[in-house]
Amino acid sequence: MIDFWSSLHPVVQGLIKGLAVIMVIFPLAGACSMAERKVSAWMQGRPGPNRAIVPWFAWIPFVGTFLQRLGVFHLMADGAKFLFKEEPVPGHVNKLYFALAPAIAMMPALTTVTVVPFGAYFNSAGEAIPLVLANVDVGLLAVFAVSSLGVYSLILAGWASNSKYPFLGGVRASAQLISYELSMTLSVIPVFLWINAPGTPGTMSLAKVVEFQSLPGFWGGTWFVFLMPLSAFIFLVSLFAETNRQPFDMPESEADLVGGFHTEYGAFKWSLFFVAEYSHMIVGSGVFTLLFFGGWNPLPWLPLADLVGWLHHATHAAWTLHPLFVGVLSLGIFLGKVVALIFIFMWVRWTVPRFRYDQVMKLGWQKLLPLAIANLIFYALAIALIQKSA
Amino acid sequence: MAPALFHLFALLTIASAVGVVANKNAVNAAMSFLLCLVGVAGLFVQLDAYLLAFLLLLVYAGAVVALFLFIIMLLDTQGRQNWGFKKLSTFTSLVALGLLLTGLGTFVTRGQLDAPNPNAAGGVGAALKPYAYQLFTTYLLPVQVMGFLLLIAMLGVIVLSRKIDGPEDAK
Repeated sequence: MIDFWSSLHPVVQGLIKGLAVIMVIFPLAGACSMAERKVSAWMQGRPGPNRAIVPWFAWIPFVGTFLQRLGVFHLMADGAKFLFKEEPVPGHVNKLYFALAPAIAMMPALTTVTVVPFGAYFNSAGEAIPLVLANVDVGLLAVFAVSSLGVYSLILAGWASNSKYPFLGGVRASAQLISYELSMTLSVIPVFLWINAPGTPGTMSLAKVVEFQSLPGFWGGTWFVFLMPLSAFIFLVSLFAETNRQPFDMPESEADLVGGFHTEYGAFKWSLFFVAEYSHMIVGSGVFTLLFFGGWNPLPWLPLADLVGWLHHATHAAWTLHPLFVGVLSLGIFLGKVVALIFIFMWVRWTVPRFRYDQVMKLGWQKLLPLAIANLIFYALAIALIQKSA
Repeated sequence: MAPALFHLFALLTIASAVGVVANKNAVNAAMSFLLCLVGVAGLFVQLDAYLLAFLLLLVYAGAVVALFLFIIMLLDTQGRQNWGFKKLSTFTSLVALGLLLTGLGTFVTRGQLDAPNPNAAGGVGAALKPYAYQLFTTYLLPVQVMGFLLLIAMLGVIVLSRKIDGPEDAK
């Protein structure tokens, strides 16, 4: 098995790995759209989607009806509907860019996954090896760079639709995404100032950030959300704005722009925008987890290595130390945190009223950006003092 | 693999650069510019200059071209697509092209490139720390001057975009 894998061409290996990750992200994003409907329903005290069921599942007692009530089959029904529906292309659109926009939405969303580590295992020397498609030194910078290209899908969709509501949505989207990118980038700098202490080889790798949060001792095991709560807060607010989630749903704003940039879209193209939006949410939540919530470490001050050690101590079984088991365990912990964050995204949607457009701009430029700069200056001074005395 | 990728990105860069100049539709031109930047970023990655590549994407592709598109959309240039090149601009671009070709010609015939140093650990920007160190020591003055220029530009924009309602606001 291993020999066969190593005998493959590196390009083929990369393709297989990439496809494997996409095959997880794509259905996960679809499932998020289903979860969104179900969670919204629970928060509003209604049952939500609970009808669709595959005939054979209806014959299974209890489990079948439980899955039906949970609405899991609506996901398949929705997917099939979007695939087989008629594709309406209005006559007044710019055909090339109209078709290109949903594809451009998907590409950055799926490309950013390559540099996001999603788990770790321990080699025979006890070092943590991150599970990641490309463990590059620029790490987070690559995520920011590639995800910033996502704005073109909204601009092009709004412009190519050649009608008023999508156009307004596209203009709002470009202004909003560019404004909040600044605060987002500034808010993570303290994290990297902290981990790039003098004398260490400089890095912006996300795996290194997690490594710093799994060190032994009180300060080592502290998740960065406790050390830098304001950074985490600014990052989270910017993340909401960057993924067009309520309360920052200006590009879409169903209430006043019909559907914003995707008003003229239907069928599979429309659903691609949504899969892209949820992929952005998944990757963004993943980056937030890695930066501030300890990545694949189960609890603050409890690194993954300790948990595996305890499990081995309790069961005395050799499989608890197997890289495969550790990898799957870390992946499960990481995905659990990501799913919890996505739930918070949905929770906020039904808790905070949406902003007006001028409020979004005012918040971004006059509140969040100065706050991010002040935060950066404070942490730059504090970190310089602490690392000098240490 | 690497030469094939180099040719791919080089071709993409040149073709889209021609597209920027030749396209009459402003949105097409801006999108060609975006492709051109992506091509240049690809070339930077091949030179192991990952930092430069991603900064180029982040700043130019992610923000500057998005602002170009934003302006094009706001001005709505659809109505007057058919303006051609003016005589003056044709003349100056021909002069610029001549200068560029002369420069390239002298570089090809007389220029000398140092042999690549096999001991060097990647190009500048492969590792972040030496790059940042250079910025804060050797190139400190250029960085400061650039920052000052940008500050002046920002102040200019603030002054120009200020709303002037009455004569007392104009002070």
